[in-house]
Amino acid sequence: MTDARSALATRGSGAPVVVVKGVSKTFESSGGRTTALENIDIAVAPGEFVSLIGPSGCGKSTLLRLIGDLTAPSAGSITVNGKPARQARQDRDYGIVFQAPVLFDWRTVQANVALPLEVKGLARSEREDRVKATLDLVELSDFARHYPYQLSGGMQQRVSIARALALRPSILLMDEPFGALDEMTRERMNSEVQRIWEQTSTTVVFVTHSIPEAVFLSSKVVVMSPRPGRIVRVIDIDLPRPRTDDTRETARYFELITAVRETLRGRAGRETPGDVASAERTLAEGAVG
Amino acid sequence: MQPRSPFRAIVRGTLLALLFVAVLVAVWEGAKALGGDPWRFKDAAGNETVYRPPFAWPIVSDLSLPHVWKIWDALAAPVQRQQAQSLAGFLVGAAVYTGREAALGFLFGGLLGLALAAGFVHSKLAERAFMPYIVASQTIPILALAPLIAFAFGNGLVGIVIVASYLTFFPVTIAQLRGLTSPDPRAVELMRSCAASRWTIFWKLRMPASLPYLFAALKVAATASIVGAIVGEGNPGGSQFGLGRAILNFNEQYASGPEKLWAAILAAGLLGLTFFLAVRLMELFALRGRPQAAVG
Amino acid sequence: MKATGRLRSQLPALVVFVAVIVLWELVVAGLNLQQFILPRPSAIAAAFVANWDRLQLTAGNTLYEALGGLAIGATAGVLTAFAVARWQRVREAVLPIAVGASAIPIIAAAPIMSNWFGILNPFAKMAIVILLVFFPMLVNVARGLSQVDESAVELMRASAASDGQVLRKLRIPNALPYFFTGLKISTTLSLIGAVVAEYFGGSNDVLGRVIVQSSSQLRFDITWAAITVTAISGIAMYLVALALERVVIPWHASQRSGET
Repeated sequence: MTDARSALATRGSGAPVVVVKGVSKTFESSGGRTTALENIDIAVAPGEFVSLIGPSGCGKSTLLRLIGDLTAPSAGSITVNGKPARQARQDRDYGIVFQAPVLFDWRTVQANVALPLEVKGLARSEREDRVKATLDLVELSDFARHYPYQLSGGMQQRVSIARALALRPSILLMDEPFGALDEMTRERMNSEVQRIWEQTSTTVVFVTHSIPEAVFLSSKVVVMSPRPGRIVRVIDIDLPRPRTDDTRETARYFELITAVRETLRGRAGRETPGDVASAERTLAEGAVG
Repeated sequence: MQPRSPFRAIVRGTLLALLFVAVLVAVWEGAKALGGDPWRFKDAAGNETVYRPPFAWPIVSDLSLPHVWKIWDALAAPVQRQQAQSLAGFLVGAAVYTGREAALGFLFGGLLGLALAAGFVHSKLAERAFMPYIVASQTIPILALAPLIAFAFGNGLVGIVIVASYLTFFPVTIAQLRGLTSPDPRAVELMRSCAASRWTIFWKLRMPASLPYLFAALKVAATASIVGAIVGEGNPGGSQFGLGRAILNFNEQYASGPEKLWAAILAAGLLGLTFFLAVRLMELFALRGRPQAAVG
Repeated sequence: MKATGRLRSQLPALVVFVAVIVLWELVVAGLNLQQFILPRPSAIAAAFVANWDRLQLTAGNTLYEALGGLAIGATAGVLTAFAVARWQRVREAVLPIAVGASAIPIIAAAPIMSNWFGILNPFAKMAIVILLVFFPMLVNVARGLSQVDESAVELMRASAASDGQVLRKLRIPNALPYFFTGLKISTTLSLIGAVVAEYFGGSNDVLGRVIVQSSSQLRFDITWAAITVTAISGIAMYLVALALERVVIPWHASQRSGET
């Protein structure tokens, strides 16, 4: 693991790790053609934490999967670590976390985490070391020999994060990983992800429905429009790091949340420092859906 | 990948079946061309052409594996010397006879299974008292008992219907029970919250949910009823009319005419398929509008 | 504590069992019923003991046919399932045929098998069992290999897993519960198939022949004893399959909640 301090220092600088240029994606179906994404341009700098947020159907998950080469663009190019996305996938440059933990029932927690290591063909002792390290990182070492069904939803998701980090990828792709969890567990998981991100120096691309989550975690929030998905605005999140529970109560936090919400609503550019009551009301209206 | 409409599915299924039959015939005759008895053809002038296959495999001899066209000819020929009815006619009659017995058993067994499942859904006590026996009942090889039961009931319709019902009720009970209990408990609570009676919940929620499970079991039971009927007819002194008896009789006459036995088996196969397709059609109708389950 | 709880839940079933046996004995004895079709349980037990040697011998032979056919048919079914699951086109063509073929009363082909392989050859009966067992195994295992969670496949692809790795690490473990579903069905089918195939003629030292001969001699107590042996053998085979399942897939939901 690279030294955390030097990682922090180089964070945000250097050649972009992910470059999406002019990417469009259309789907053919019996009903006709659907354009999921139109002319997307994004660059993600090394060590950044970027969230993709937008209404349902805006193509944010599709964009994530394009970056991960789980599907191919209809137009445009995607470069990851200076290589085409396909090459990056074959070089195992990234780890992925889905909304469902997708753990294998027949494997213990440690066997599940070891899966990418087995696929890569690492030796047993190396596998054991790395599994131990990643389970320590997500604080689930005590459950190494348990089976997935014995764990709660939040814990299973932590296992899937550990699995994604097992190969020490430079990039982590997360597709609404906490969508199925309750609010309190979600906030706790957000703090966890924060801590893990600080300790490793992974670049993260994070898809979410939740405005508070996006603001709390990211260095940048990319707001997308409804179908066909386009980038509406990229909002810099200048909250100081490390971010804690206290950060969730600062005025700037709420201002940024409002900024994102307004952008989503189509009133980009206006930043209203709403009072707590109205922010809470509008928070209740929706993690945008 | 799925055909969009049931019509296309039927067309596709038919074409597939025809293709399969064609392949089967090709393999059949192909094997005979390689290792069977010499093929003899007589043309109009009485000249005979003989083709001798290169190998000799007893398993594809004319006695074991008659030529496909010989079987076809036998179908048109009289079933017995000096009898007017053709083999085909006889077999159709036998198939109808057996089919009727099987269908009655299928019907009774199905209704019994539905009733039992409905009872068990509403009474845990009944389920715990009787379910182990229902499960254990299947370890009794009723098929092995079939001739005995048929004999006990005078070799008539009743015995066979009992056998067929027995074979049907078990898969139906088990599958239907699973289907009736399959709805999400929250859906049940939803209905209770608008004061729906147990009866309403049963008809509006549990029954529709159980249909896919029911039809999976019915397809299995359809074949089982026919097998039960055929085996049940097989006891000595049993009825003269059904396919089971036909198969046994033609088996005895095998040396003089293997084609008849094959024709009878073919008839049994077609009967089974007909039942199966009938259930499948009912299924397509009952489950119309739902996402089609994977085949089987 | 746990044992008495479970005993209590079995109680209604036990009550019914005892009641039926007692009733059977009383009704048949009291009404002097058709003793020749449905003998009293005590008479069956006596016949069981008296004919033990013959029953044991014939059961062994029949089990040989059943187990042999099961082994060959199941292996063939599983191997075909692998071939079928690999190519979707093949799967779409073959599975409907397999399902349709299981609609054919295969037992009707028993005489043909006897003619082909010789009436005394146990393989003639094994062949029927093979055909009976092949299709359920094929359909179940093919389903298990192909009906895999899409996300799980994507996960493997994200780690750049080869097709072989996906097969070994994902599809095969996923297919194991389906394999056992097929196996449990097949154990019952194999035994019944062997016995009923024997009805159509063959060697005398098999259970099917005992059943047919004793019933034609109106010795129904022996018939029922033979049927009891068949039933017990069937249960034993099923229990072995259950035990195997418990060992191989202890992680599966069905093993935890106590369903079979």
